[in-house]
Amino acid sequence: MSSSPSVSQTRPRRVALFVTCLVDLFRPSVGFAAIKLLEDAGCAVEVPPLQVCCGQPAYNSGDRATTRAIAAQVIDAFEGFEAVVAPSGSCGGMLAHHYPGLFDDDPAMKARAEDLARRSHELVSFLVDVLGVNSVAARFDGAVTYHDSCSGLRELGVKQQPRRLLSSVKGLELKEMATPEVCCGFGGTFCVKYPEISNAMVGEKSADIARSGADTLLAGDLGCLMNMAGKLQRQGSPVRVRHVAEVLADMAGLAAVGEPETKR
Amino acid sequence: MQSTAHDFKHNVGEALADANLQDSLAKLKVGFSERRRQAAERLPEFEALRDAARDIKNHALANLDFYLEEFERKVVALGGHVHWAPTAADARRIIADLCRSVGAKTVAKSKSMVSEEIALNEHLEALGIAPIETDLGEYIIQLRHEPPSHIIAPAVHLTKDQVADTFLEHHKALGFSKRLTERNDLVAEARHVLREKFLKADVGLTGANFLVAETGSSMLVTNEGNADLSNTMPRMHIVLASIEKVIPTLEDAAVLLRVLARSATGQESSSYTTLNTGPKRRDDLDGPSQYHVVILDNGRSSVLGTKMQDMLRCIRCGACMNHCPVYGAIGGHAYGWVYPGPIGAVLTPQLIGVEEAGNLPNASTFCGRCESVCPVRIPLPGLMRHWREREFEHHLTPRTVRQGLAIWGYAARRPRLYRRLTGFANRLLALFGRATGRYRALPLAGAWTRFRDFPAPPSGGTFHAQWARHGGARTRP
Repeated sequence: MSSSPSVSQTRPRRVALFVTCLVDLFRPSVGFAAIKLLEDAGCAVEVPPLQVCCGQPAYNSGDRATTRAIAAQVIDAFEGFEAVVAPSGSCGGMLAHHYPGLFDDDPAMKARAEDLARRSHELVSFLVDVLGVNSVAARFDGAVTYHDSCSGLRELGVKQQPRRLLSSVKGLELKEMATPEVCCGFGGTFCVKYPEISNAMVGEKSADIARSGADTLLAGDLGCLMNMAGKLQRQGSPVRVRHVAEVLADMAGLAAVGEPETKR
Repeated sequence: MQSTAHDFKHNVGEALADANLQDSLAKLKVGFSERRRQAAERLPEFEALRDAARDIKNHALANLDFYLEEFERKVVALGGHVHWAPTAADARRIIADLCRSVGAKTVAKSKSMVSEEIALNEHLEALGIAPIETDLGEYIIQLRHEPPSHIIAPAVHLTKDQVADTFLEHHKALGFSKRLTERNDLVAEARHVLREKFLKADVGLTGANFLVAETGSSMLVTNEGNADLSNTMPRMHIVLASIEKVIPTLEDAAVLLRVLARSATGQESSSYTTLNTGPKRRDDLDGPSQYHVVILDNGRSSVLGTKMQDMLRCIRCGACMNHCPVYGAIGGHAYGWVYPGPIGAVLTPQLIGVEEAGNLPNASTFCGRCESVCPVRIPLPGLMRHWREREFEHHLTPRTVRQGLAIWGYAARRPRLYRRLTGFANRLLALFGRATGRYRALPLAGAWTRFRDFPAPPSGGTFHAQWARHGGARTRP
């Protein structure tokens, strides 16, 4: 990873990783890739042990009391870090945009939520926009297409940052979809509350992926990736699915999402 | 209009199986959003105009009583009449009484979503008064006895072939016995049939895009000019509009018009923009001798001053539905009432009750595309979430969802317990999924695995387990 040393002296060094519940349970490699990228950019990364989830399942189901309890727990766990970084635009957006509004009737907690919100970032935009990273030392031989996950794109402005870093990956060719910004139909609990609609949406997405001609699909959110991988694999598509951090961290040797592990 | 919003899931099934609908939606999804994007790009100040449009509507809503009374004063001074309708039933009664006062047999209607909201056509028909829809799309669906499926393109769910069949069936008796296949021929035939009806109409009824308090004008935009015939030919012109349509000045209208057409169809302005300011004056060559404005509340005023007030900024451009992937998958009828798409998911629970329409604000991924294009920046996902909170508070959330949430929430607030549970789940899923890397079926995950495989986690434990095992040091698997 190359980055200018002059920038590195003024930027956050003590960084906490918000692992996200999906990465923790289903794809730990994304967490390790995030740590590698952050360390290579000069950060000291810690993983606060009392973190669980950002609270979106409750928040998006209208359960404000549970959301507040979980948010308070996250605020406690991430106190004192210069930056809190999540390999997810969805969880990053939750911390950066939605927590303060949960505590409108509690000024002390609201102030703490606002403080956390200011320190919270999505991984790739943190690397590029805050740390000034312009390129990574990684190789990936293949044609990839990048899906813009909704919260990252619309709440946090994650669009060019992953493309900029991907363009520095040796051997990688980016083939855009016609509509990379259209939702894949995951939507957290939406995909199981309204499975038929979700299926129609991810069906369209998989057709767009196929038309791109890419052999690998990347995105910055594991929920979307599991949804799209599940659909592609059900359809028998040869397209492989990975989190963008794995490719940027040069850790794409692992089995792709939903693929069996090969003996190493 | 009778709501089927409670039957949303059933409606969705039908919509997804309707091949004609899916064909039509495929075209809509690309067309509208691309034209809107180009129109916005051509206008450097477009984003600033959206801010200005939002501010104008916010100001009008914050002073709604003042501007409505001002509007009424101006209309009365011009020789017109304003009628206040607290409910849909009131509006129906007022309009029916007006029609009967001139012995009306037919009413030429320009497009009005509020008239759909109050189910005006059925009411007039029951009284022996024939409403004639003069907007082409509205005319087509009136022939087919269907409700609109989109607020600016009411027949967008139909293919050209379906329209050709409908015209053949209904126009045969009028001497049009050839099945037309060209778009222009279909339009020409409809124009011919409708022109006769305009000439016979006793009352013209239009909606309004804006009510301008400063001048007492109602403002209407169309692309077909049908509103102009509806309001100039008959003796009586009735404007039907809801309370939030009032804005202070013509200057404000100009700002709103600039974002309206661009957001709706990508046009710089609609083909026709009509201002109706009172009845025919002594020296006017044409125009109605009576001018009535019926202003409907129907539950809107109860959101004033609340977090939900933002929904009243809507200027009915349709951009939210044009850009909504859920609308794009299921079309407008599945929403089950008058207003579909994201704005429908927010308005409908307010207008007909969250018990009836509770599915609507839930059927969203919160992708945020609607909010990103809304010309008056309505925070649509936030308002949908607000409805979900209301449902949760009132125990309207489905029991299975509540129970699942309760169990998950209990664990999520106890990190050590949560680690044990996820550690167990992770090992189990990794073990049984090792051979294929994924599941084709999984207990308790039927809604997922019905359509998708479920990726299995790789072996080695959860992230936190691996992190702890390595003493909190970076590992390179």
